[in-house]
Amino acid sequence: MAGVGQTTYYKHGQSPHAESRLALEAILNACADAGIAPEEIDGFSSYSNDRNDGPRMAAALGCRELRFSNMFWGGGGGGAAGAIQNAAAAIAGGLADCVVAYRGLAQGQFGRFGRGAEVGQVSGEAAHTTPFGLMSAAQMFAMKAMRFMHDHNVERSALRAIALASYQHAQTNPLAIMNGRPLTPEKYDDSRWIVEPFRLFDCCQENDGAAAIILVPAERARDLPHPPCYVLGATSGGHYRAGAPVHNTPDYASSHFKTVARRLYDMAGIEPEDVNVLQSYENFTGGVLMAIVEHGFCEPDEVNDFFSIENFLAPSGRLPLNTSGGNLAECYMHGLGLTIEAIRQIRGDSPNAVPGAEVSMMIAGPMVTPVSSCVFGSQATL
Amino acid sequence: MNGSHPHYLRPGLPAPRPARDGLDAPFWSALREEQLLLQRCGTCQRWQWGPEWICHGCHSFDMVYEAVEPVGQIFSFERVWHPVHRALVDQGPYIVVLVELPTADNVRLVGNLLGDPRQPVPIGANVSGIFEHHSDADPPYTLLQWRLT
Repeated sequence: MAGVGQTTYYKHGQSPHAESRLALEAILNACADAGIAPEEIDGFSSYSNDRNDGPRMAAALGCRELRFSNMFWGGGGGGAAGAIQNAAAAIAGGLADCVVAYRGLAQGQFGRFGRGAEVGQVSGEAAHTTPFGLMSAAQMFAMKAMRFMHDHNVERSALRAIALASYQHAQTNPLAIMNGRPLTPEKYDDSRWIVEPFRLFDCCQENDGAAAIILVPAERARDLPHPPCYVLGATSGGHYRAGAPVHNTPDYASSHFKTVARRLYDMAGIEPEDVNVLQSYENFTGGVLMAIVEHGFCEPDEVNDFFSIENFLAPSGRLPLNTSGGNLAECYMHGLGLTIEAIRQIRGDSPNAVPGAEVSMMIAGPMVTPVSSCVFGSQATL
Repeated sequence: MNGSHPHYLRPGLPAPRPARDGLDAPFWSALREEQLLLQRCGTCQRWQWGPEWICHGCHSFDMVYEAVEPVGQIFSFERVWHPVHRALVDQGPYIVVLVELPTADNVRLVGNLLGDPRQPVPIGANVSGIFEHHSDADPPYTLLQWRLT
C-alpha cells in the first residue's frame, strides 16, 4: 500500500466541489503521500457503481497508459476491501503496476441513500418491499440484526459499545466529522429509534468527500516514503444464495462473511488472535455485531461479554475497533476511510495508533452481497 | 384496516407494478383474486421465492405458479419509526414482518403486521394473510398483509 489520500470530509450535500473533482483531489493526495507521479497510475479500481469511471479519471490525470479498469459489483460499501482485492490481484497477475482504489461521493449533487424513491410505481424486487414501507438501507438490514439478536439473546449494550468506540476515537481525529461531538451512553440510550433494533447512533452518517489508496508491487515497498504495509489477504463474495431476492437468503441472520472470512484467514495465513486492530464497516451497528462474530473474534453467544467499550478502545483494548471514528463518526466514504485507517495502523500514523500493530484487518459492507474483507501486515509479517 | 383507514399505511407510497419481463405478473394478478401464488419447480417440485426464471436446485426453466395457503410464522420483524418517504411523515411507527411459509419450503414474504403498531411482535408466532385491496389505484393492485392468529 504505497499511499493514501482523502479530501476534506463534509456533511451530506455540503461539498463545495463536484464529485469528480473530489475523486481527483483524493487521488492526487494519495499520489503525494506515496511520492508517485499521477501519470504513473495505470490501473483504476472502484466499487458501488462509482460514477467517476477509470477511463475518464485516467484521461483527466494524463496517465501515460491505462492497463486495468475495474468495477466491483454490488452496492453499499461491500467493495471497500473488494477494490483492494481487485487492485492487488491486478498487480500480482502482472496486469498493472500502479493501481488506485478510490471512491467519490457528493450527495448534494446526486441525492441521498437513506431516502425512499419518490416515484409512482416500483417493479422488480422493490415491488415486493417498498409498498410495505421497507425501502431504506436501515430498513433492509434491521430484520437480519433483529433475528440474530433474538437467536443469541444479544443485549442493546453490545450495539452501544460499537457506537461509543467509534465516537470516542473520532475525538482525537481532526478529520472526523464528529470530532468535538462526543457520545455518552446516556445520549445513545436517549436517542430516537430509526427502525428497531437501530437507534439514531446505530446508523452511519451520509457524507460528501473522496478517498483513494495507491497500490504498487511489493518489491517497491522499501523505496516508498512510509513504513511498508502489505496486503496479506483480500477476499470477497457471499455464502450460499446470499443474494437471493426478497429476503430469502437461507442463512438470513448473517452479515454474509461466513465463507469470506474463512478464506481470508487461509489466504493471509493468520487466525483471529493474530489481528491487532480491526476496522469493521458500520452501516449499522448490527452489521458490525455479526461481522465480528463471523470473523471469529467471539462466539455468537459470547457477544454480551465481548462487546464492551473497554475491549474496543485503542490503544490497549482487546480488539481496538474503528480507530478513526469509522463510518459513524469519521466519515461515511463507503468504507474506504476505514481501509485507509487500517493502513495507517500498520504505518503508525493513525490518530489512535495501536502500539506495535503488525496485523490490521478491514471488514467491508456487512449484510450486502458481495461483501469483502482484507488484512494488512507490516514488514515483520512477511 | 388501521382505524378508519382501509389500508395499513397511509396513501402515497409507490405502487407495485409487475416486472416488464413478466416474471412476477402471475403473483400480482392472483392477489387481485385473493389467492397467493408462488413459484414452484415443475421438475423437482421445490418452492422458490423471490421470483427467478430458473430453479436454483435443478436448473429447470419449468417454473410454474402454484397456490399456497397464506399461513406461516414470523421469521423476523422491524418496527419503523423514522419515515424515509414523504407519504409516511405522519404515519407514526409501523411494523414490517418477514413471514416464513412452512407449506412452501419455508420461502419468505415481506408484509406488514396488522393491528396496533406498538404491539409486541413475537418471532415464531403464527400469522395468516389478509388481502389488502387498493382498488382505487390505477391500475388497481392488492397487497398481502398479515395478522397474528
